[in-house]
Amino acid sequence: MKKKSIVYPYIPNSVPAVKNRMLKEVEAKNVEEFFENIPEELRVKKSLELPKPFLSEYSLRRHVEGILSKNKTCQDYHNFLGAGCWQHYVPAVCDEVNQRGEFLTAYAGEPYDDHGRFQALFEYASMMGELLNMDVVNVPTYDGLQAAATSIRMASRITGRYEVLVSRTISVDELSKIRDYCKPSIEVKLLDYDSETGQLHPGSLKPKISLRTAAVYFKNPSYLGFIEANGDEISKIAHDHGALCIVGADPISLGILTPPADYGADIVCGDLQPLGMHMQFGGGQAGFIATRDEEKYVMEYPSRLFGIAPTSIEGEYGFGDVAYERTSFALRGEGKEFVGTAAALWGITAGVYLSLMGSHGMREIGEGIMQRSHYAMRQISKIDGVRCPVFKTTHFKEFVVNFDETGKTVSEINNMLLKQKIFGGKDLTKEFPELGNSALYSVTEIHTKDDIDTLVSALKEAVE
Amino acid sequence: MEDIAGKRYAKGKPNLRRFHEAKWDEPIIFELSKEGERGILVPEVEDEIKNEVGDVVSTLPEKMRRKHLPELPEISQPRVLRHYLRLSQETLGTDLNVDVGQGTCTMKYSPKINEQLARLPQMAEIHPLQDEDTVQGILEVMYKFEQILKEISGMDQFSLQPGGGSQAIYANASIIRAYHASRGESAQRNEIVTTIFSHPSNAACAKTAGFKVITLYPDEDGYPDLEALKAATSKRTAGLMITNPEDTGIFNPKIEEFVKVIHEAGGLCAHDQANANGILGITRARETGFDLCHFNLHKTFSSPHGCGGPAVGAIGAIKELARFLPVPVIEFDGKKYHLNYDKPESIGRVRSFCGVAPVVLKAYAWVMSLGAEGLKEVSNIAVLNNNYLLKKILQVRGAGAPFAKGKRRIEQVRYSWEKLTRDTGVHSEEIGLRAADFGVHYWTSHHPWIVPEPCTLEPTESYSKADLDEYVEIIRHVAREAYVNPEVVKTAPHNSTVHKIDHTPLDDPSRWAMTWRAYRKKVNKEQNRKKLQFNIY
Repeated sequence: MKKKSIVYPYIPNSVPAVKNRMLKEVEAKNVEEFFENIPEELRVKKSLELPKPFLSEYSLRRHVEGILSKNKTCQDYHNFLGAGCWQHYVPAVCDEVNQRGEFLTAYAGEPYDDHGRFQALFEYASMMGELLNMDVVNVPTYDGLQAAATSIRMASRITGRYEVLVSRTISVDELSKIRDYCKPSIEVKLLDYDSETGQLHPGSLKPKISLRTAAVYFKNPSYLGFIEANGDEISKIAHDHGALCIVGADPISLGILTPPADYGADIVCGDLQPLGMHMQFGGGQAGFIATRDEEKYVMEYPSRLFGIAPTSIEGEYGFGDVAYERTSFALRGEGKEFVGTAAALWGITAGVYLSLMGSHGMREIGEGIMQRSHYAMRQISKIDGVRCPVFKTTHFKEFVVNFDETGKTVSEINNMLLKQKIFGGKDLTKEFPELGNSALYSVTEIHTKDDIDTLVSALKEAVE
Repeated sequence: MEDIAGKRYAKGKPNLRRFHEAKWDEPIIFELSKEGERGILVPEVEDEIKNEVGDVVSTLPEKMRRKHLPELPEISQPRVLRHYLRLSQETLGTDLNVDVGQGTCTMKYSPKINEQLARLPQMAEIHPLQDEDTVQGILEVMYKFEQILKEISGMDQFSLQPGGGSQAIYANASIIRAYHASRGESAQRNEIVTTIFSHPSNAACAKTAGFKVITLYPDEDGYPDLEALKAATSKRTAGLMITNPEDTGIFNPKIEEFVKVIHEAGGLCAHDQANANGILGITRARETGFDLCHFNLHKTFSSPHGCGGPAVGAIGAIKELARFLPVPVIEFDGKKYHLNYDKPESIGRVRSFCGVAPVVLKAYAWVMSLGAEGLKEVSNIAVLNNNYLLKKILQVRGAGAPFAKGKRRIEQVRYSWEKLTRDTGVHSEEIGLRAADFGVHYWTSHHPWIVPEPCTLEPTESYSKADLDEYVEIIRHVAREAYVNPEVVKTAPHNSTVHKIDHTPLDDPSRWAMTWRAYRKKVNKEQNRKKLQFNIY
């Protein structure tokens, strides 16, 4: 019996009769004819060896759900992991908007076809601008790591210098990204931190900074959770040497923390994930870059920048690409770095988040996070043999906990916590060996007092 | 009863759609702000916590305490939702239109089931640093998808980390750099060869990675010039980064020789397969001799484009180069999946964590809904649709398809309206704006425009014969207008959300505004200047 050919629901012309009619119309005997340019020896001779498909939608759902059911979620467990991806509450409206087919499946249309996409991204940039107190914000890049790496290369082009001083308290991952991205032309030098407070000291900057320095880069709050207090002095030293100051910021902290521009940052970058993106195993990251509205800065962005413009109708808003001629879309290898598909939908979502939260929401969430993390630090510090926080300074949502005196490793402790359905903090043992047996904990607005108390009693049990 | 249905057809064909895009004339979100309104309330902090910690904000260093609230809009929740839904309606997503007009972008159907799966808590609510035992599901999906890509491309190992096609190309350039450095040749080998019909990011990323870029132009048949390649290679050659089939939809029949020439010179070859929609199960990077390749999961593998991401550019390498791939690498010991960070020669991090896992999940589900036979059907139909569209478009007055005369194309075609422009004075971009009046996209070309008055169409497998016929009728109608009533084309769009945009401020530093606050400052400055002038008189 002849094998019945499959009609695929996603492929309308897989209907055999239609296929044959179309072949006839283009005067082809079979589809093979279309591949005439592909040399015979390059053709795949037999069928690819792929798993058997699940042709019905139902069986596909069963299959994928079956695999995913092996994951344990942060809804089932208490999660205290952060370190670049954080569990914040995602308002329902954020999901409602970013699952709209119009936004979800749009791409590169003109401002006429996609007016809404342009306006939503312009508004995203505008609200980030208020949060950051800066006038230019890009259409998002891949993630916070790329945003930092690009900010450094922008600074190098702006200053014509080829050395960057980077705080050593950034993550190993971020440093790895920066090193790879700076490799062709920029030397990356590390700045030590104060072992008591974690702070980047103006004193440690002075011997290293020179007229070769393009920029000084640090994060605030730092990767290790504490707040850098000397941003104004650091940026002043940078500026005195003709260098720029780049600061990586957590946008959810900016309802209560001073925006970096106010203490002298020239370029501010970071990750948008806290503003309305689910963690998605790290899939919700998106990078922002912001600067003042000065031509020499604007012209060094590789990203697309959407601007507002008049139309032929009075009082009608239009939008378009600003200074498109600087991009690799326009200039290929002569453009600024490169631009491509990155994380625009998360930019729209962050805009929705900020418009829901408003000024007061951002202030309240910042304060609420601090109250909870400070409560957690106090309770954890009461456990025998546990040092918390390791750095004697103010923290935002993350903090380092040291277990040296418990005689147990972080990995042993985290295994015990796991049995109590708790994801303990990120193990820093390899990343920051000088901190000993330490872990990075994250506490946000999603944690209740009960959640924190549960962690504390499980920790107590684990170290005993 | 009147025959309403009958009047929608003429000569057996449906009439052109009387489309008008949604127009809500929505204010900028700041204009919606009403003092005191709230869009959402944040979780309350328990009194016990408040009492225990006291006023934490006052513990902040004085300089680090924000003095003024950020001036964000204050809007109730229904108004925020209404605003964004209106903006969404003013956006022409692929879900809504016969999206064959955004050539090179592979605008295919993104199945809804895959979106639903990616939004399950078992995907959305997992942290990337959780203990491996608790994320075996997603690691399994990613590992299995790597095996699928290995089979599709013939490469030996994949990394799913890069967050888009361009980041993948950058990673491949970085791997080429690391390979030559490992042989002590990084200073000497500083040139990358590409072609003008390869995606611009090949040139841009190679340059960003520190290479000098040599761009080959096509010969008169539209093929990259082999003699030019030979002349361009030397002991300075680090590699070749090339799209094939190129943006013209023409498969380079001498691609094996290209690879051989580069290999003989000591370089590596990277195949840009961002768009592999016409060659799934037909030909593979491996057999051609490529050392590296990449696939865009948001193109060929159906994950939605999201207005420009989130996305994944999966990179594949031959065994000899696997050690340079980004970390972590997903490994399987027969029982469990692990993340291996211990790869001393790796280029390191390209993107945070394991990349954009939900995009991988959607791509995995898509392949699993089709299997080997289905994937080949995808390519067969995408190519059939393209050649059908080619035939129909070439019947439109003023249209042409330069290069490879009489040859079939793979998944897309770069057309030219050179004749129409010469005859009518109407330009390709104007045809696109008029096409928008009928509810479809239309794209010209990457820059520079080698093909005069270009237009790039890629029908993919997702559109029916009737869909393609509708698109052709729109183009035919607009071309006819260009000949008989060019003004209507030149003044388009007429049925869009907005009218002709004055682009001049966007290139003028004194007037451009990328944020509302910058816009207000510049408007106020202008008004003050006018006031001042008025006062003088």
